[in-house]
Amino acid sequence: MALVIVDVMPKPEILDPQGKAVASALGRLGFGQFRGTRQGKRFELAVDGPPSAEVLEAAREAATTLLSNPVIEDVVSVRFETAADAAPEGPAA
Amino acid sequence: MIRIGVVTFPGTLDDRDALRAVGLAGAEGVPLWHADQTLGDVDAVVLPGGFSYGDYLRAGAIARFAPMMQAVRDAAQGGMPVLGICNGFQILTESHLLVGSMIKNNHRTFICREQRLTVESTNTAWSSSFTTGQVITIPLKNQDGQFVASERQLDELEAEGRVVFRYKDTNPNGSRRNIAGITNAAGNVVGLMPHPEHAVEVGFGPDAPGPMRSGLDGLGFFASVINHLTHPVSLPAAVSEDNGKEGR
Repeated sequence: MALVIVDVMPKPEILDPQGKAVASALGRLGFGQFRGTRQGKRFELAVDGPPSAEVLEAAREAATTLLSNPVIEDVVSVRFETAADAAPEGPAA
Repeated sequence: MIRIGVVTFPGTLDDRDALRAVGLAGAEGVPLWHADQTLGDVDAVVLPGGFSYGDYLRAGAIARFAPMMQAVRDAAQGGMPVLGICNGFQILTESHLLVGSMIKNNHRTFICREQRLTVESTNTAWSSSFTTGQVITIPLKNQDGQFVASERQLDELEAEGRVVFRYKDTNPNGSRRNIAGITNAAGNVVGLMPHPEHAVEVGFGPDAPGPMRSGLDGLGFFASVINHLTHPVSLPAAVSEDNGKEGR
């Protein structure tokens, strides 16, 4: 099984109310070094079989059709999961 | 009698109110179901407010792909009047029947208030019974009500007279250029965040001079479409692709 990871972020020029809320909470908790926060979305699309160019292409299409709205969001990346993505306490899927 | 369909999606809240408003305005309300593929013999469609599919992903993003929305899209492109209220407006932008998108309110909180609006265009199927510049009071209640679009799209909307309603006195959610509602080039599809179906019955509407909660400004939306459908000669000039970009 392979995992495609799609990252979607609000466009830079769009005010990100959630990011702003997180940023002010970070400040209250003493994390003053983080000047700004923007919050996006990460999708994990599981597929049977090995990673392939076709799967990646389908994921790119899904990313622009459903997973993001081009008016307010950018698809930042569409890629297969790598060992570096795997959680430290668990094996890669 | 004019038949106006009201689509119910999973998570829709205001379908019953919209059906009731249609009836109070003098048309027959027809319940439509998101999973059905056809509109039947309705003359117009309302996409009511609520939180279709829990607003998961983005407001309106999943409802856009409901089978019923294909029928609504086809009918809208054929000129059928379609009104999107709140979540219905969000579904119309996600469906690309209207430009722009809605993001979270700039103050990040849910809002529920009686909102004054200025009618900017009476050249649509859903606003022809108002007068340009008229101030109406319509309840507004939402979390994701901040209308955004590119500067180019906003300039186009303004230049083509497609801003239909603007927030008056205060901008309740950070919407670009105080925009509360817009229309498509043909003038048959209108979307707005405030809820006209909540201002149609004495005793249950916004505060107004006279009896308590007697604001009935929402009726104008439904009176407009009924008039538009029963008197085709009085069609606004904009309700034809050719005339949509001129004459204003």
